[in-house]
Amino acid sequence: MFKLDKFSVRLSIAVLFACNVQLIYAQSSSAKYPGIGRAATPAEVAAWDIDVRPDFKGLPKGSGSVAKGQDIWEAKCASCHGTFGESNEIFTPIAGGTTADDIKTGRVASLKDTKQPQRTTLMKVPTVSTLWDYIYRAMPWNAPRSLTPDDTYALVAFILSLGEIVPDNYVLSDKNIADVKMPNRNGMTTKHGFWSVTGKPDINGNACMNNCVPFVQIGSTLPDFARNAHENIEEQNRLYGPYRGANTTKPPIKQLPGSAGVGLAHAADTHSSAAKGPAALFKNENCSACHAPNAKLVGPSISDVAKKYEGQSGSLDKLMAKVKVGGAGVWGSIPMPAQAQLSDEDRKTLVVWMLSGGK
Amino acid sequence: MTKKQIEISVQDISAIEKPSHRARLVKAPEHFISQELIADINANGLNENRRGFLRKGFMTALGGATAGLAAPLAMAAGEGDPAILEKQEWQTTLGKNVATMPYGIPSIYEANLIRRESPGLTRVSAASVAFTPLQGLFGTITPNGLHFERHHQGWYNLNPETHRLMINGLVKNPRVFTMNDLMRLPSVSRTHFIECGANTGLEWGNVAVPTVQYTHGMLSCCEFTGVPLKVLLEECGADLKKGKFMLAEGGDGSGMTRTINLESCLNDTIVAWGMNGEMLRPENGFPLRLVVPGVQGVSWVKWLRRLEVGDMPWNSKDEAVHYIELMPNGDHRQYASIQECKSVITTPSGGQQLLDKGFYNVSGMAWSGRGKVKRVDVSFDGGNNWRTARLETPVLTKSITRFNIDWVWDGSPAIMQSRAMDDTGYIQPSIKTLRNVRGTRSIYHNNAIQSWKLDSNGEVSNVQVG
Repeated sequence: MFKLDKFSVRLSIAVLFACNVQLIYAQSSSAKYPGIGRAATPAEVAAWDIDVRPDFKGLPKGSGSVAKGQDIWEAKCASCHGTFGESNEIFTPIAGGTTADDIKTGRVASLKDTKQPQRTTLMKVPTVSTLWDYIYRAMPWNAPRSLTPDDTYALVAFILSLGEIVPDNYVLSDKNIADVKMPNRNGMTTKHGFWSVTGKPDINGNACMNNCVPFVQIGSTLPDFARNAHENIEEQNRLYGPYRGANTTKPPIKQLPGSAGVGLAHAADTHSSAAKGPAALFKNENCSACHAPNAKLVGPSISDVAKKYEGQSGSLDKLMAKVKVGGAGVWGSIPMPAQAQLSDEDRKTLVVWMLSGGK
Repeated sequence: MTKKQIEISVQDISAIEKPSHRARLVKAPEHFISQELIADINANGLNENRRGFLRKGFMTALGGATAGLAAPLAMAAGEGDPAILEKQEWQTTLGKNVATMPYGIPSIYEANLIRRESPGLTRVSAASVAFTPLQGLFGTITPNGLHFERHHQGWYNLNPETHRLMINGLVKNPRVFTMNDLMRLPSVSRTHFIECGANTGLEWGNVAVPTVQYTHGMLSCCEFTGVPLKVLLEECGADLKKGKFMLAEGGDGSGMTRTINLESCLNDTIVAWGMNGEMLRPENGFPLRLVVPGVQGVSWVKWLRRLEVGDMPWNSKDEAVHYIELMPNGDHRQYASIQECKSVITTPSGGQQLLDKGFYNVSGMAWSGRGKVKRVDVSFDGGNNWRTARLETPVLTKSITRFNIDWVWDGSPAIMQSRAMDDTGYIQPSIKTLRNVRGTRSIYHNNAIQSWKLDSNGEVSNVQVG
């Protein structure tokens, strides 16, 4: 009896709550802009609000071992990042460059070394929450949002083990993640003027106007071997106008090209278009301004031309001549202009195509 | 007389992504060509000798010889430039129909000015950069098709009908907005530059790339249209006393996340859908992106789907592993976001080739993430002497300002530099000044004075002085 009562009370609360929820989410609670937007449901917020902050707000419950992480890593991550997170083939390396001493001090000593070839993720990242958040939201590269929270704990545990931040038998969970000591946890500074528009700059230039640098020294130039490393610069600038590109497939020219641009590529080069079949010729040579496939425009349609000359001997030569010099009278009084710009080959292609009815 | 359909010339659109539905033209009642016009063209326009000449002109150009294409400097009486004396094809024949290209694209002669990747910069093109060809741009606005691209996990054409913006966190009413909702709200249109924090980052150590496209091309400037962030946050009852920070999250695979400093950015940040009069391009975040004026591009989260108000920064991957600046003492500067005052001469610039001595309008861009550009000085002798350039109006805050300066080149080698100042009194520094404080491994926020060396052969190259 008691149990039943309790159940019915629960049920009625649930029903009430559900009605309430429906009511809330159906209406707009806006004061200023009525009719715009609606309340987000808790389920919607939960689906999208997956971020994890440095204080671990947002971190789901769960756990994963280094060993499980290694299995997932080898299946889903190693192809890009390398078996030990060391690969520099596709992305910059994940692990390497940190020491046991760094874990004690919270500052990665190798970051001071200007000879250090690479900065790995573990050398830089100050917070373990960053790893968890990013892996869960965006990895694997080609299948984001496919990992479970437990998978993610396992992968983070594995990465931490690569940096010897946790032992090989470690099981990372929401309970112990706050204990992880990242090697570069003290390596970040926000003491600078670039976080706020009113911040103070760290340096300033000099507004000197005259005799500022009596001896100008060039400290760095593009090495000769890199002249064409970004491909031909000539083809990355206009081929007309005052500012052309240098032809970097060749050594620099010996003297100024002069106003006519002697020796440089010219805009007309880009105008050369290889014929792309009769239909393209028909458009590019502007035949289509006066002729259409099936309808009479200024001139007759292609199908009417084909019908008229069907089976006539000598029609090819006759029309070839007509296209070249133009003419009037056959289809009415509006003359067809001469098309002398066409090569014999293009002219033949077009006429054969017209006689076939444009097929 | 009905013309059923005209397809876009394949040649004309081959360079762009083809739309899934080809535009179709239905003939309008007034669409006809007058008989008079045709008769006139036929009577006057088709002198065969002239057409023959034109064809030969193009053929010669194709063969590499150039005589006849550019006008000689002086002409004898009775002679003249064939470009004037002879009728051109476009004077004497019928041009293309309206809407032959239903979405217009640049002239075929502009084909060289496109976004380009820097070879070897990244190894995966879905997480890479395509640079804007600043060397060919005029004024201040970046054409939408040339806006630089930087994606972290590739780009998409998101369906605008299923796109949602959620606002949660320290707000009284967590809310969801559709595009239908957002585009009804009071909107603003403002012109701002966007610059990647890593722009010019390749040049911290030494000269690494040849042209302004690669040194400065992670820079664009557009008129953005959208609803002020403040309107949306107030609508949701945001606790702006406690909530000094906001996470902006993208709907792409990287779930791109950046912390926005609300104390600094609340008043001018826009949740934008418009870009230079049309919707955002998919590569630039269609249908919704955050516009955070003066702040580095990574914070302008594309495909924006969620804003969360909070009481501390998030330390996301792109604020704890990347977009951090390594200082000589081994510390990383975190959350360095403001793009400081900077300028660059775009014409002439690295890799360009001048034709001859004489007059040039030397032109460039200046901008500041802290306010308006106040002055730009230009040097032609490597920074020894400077002259003040003309600033073209309007000079807008956190936007690109175009500067121009007259120059007569005498043919001797020169080193060209520009130096901008903003209305806070900040002066763009030399690379040496920057390195003295920040070393050479920072990657980000290199706003040094750029030097271009002009040789006596007319070729311009990228150099660093001092």
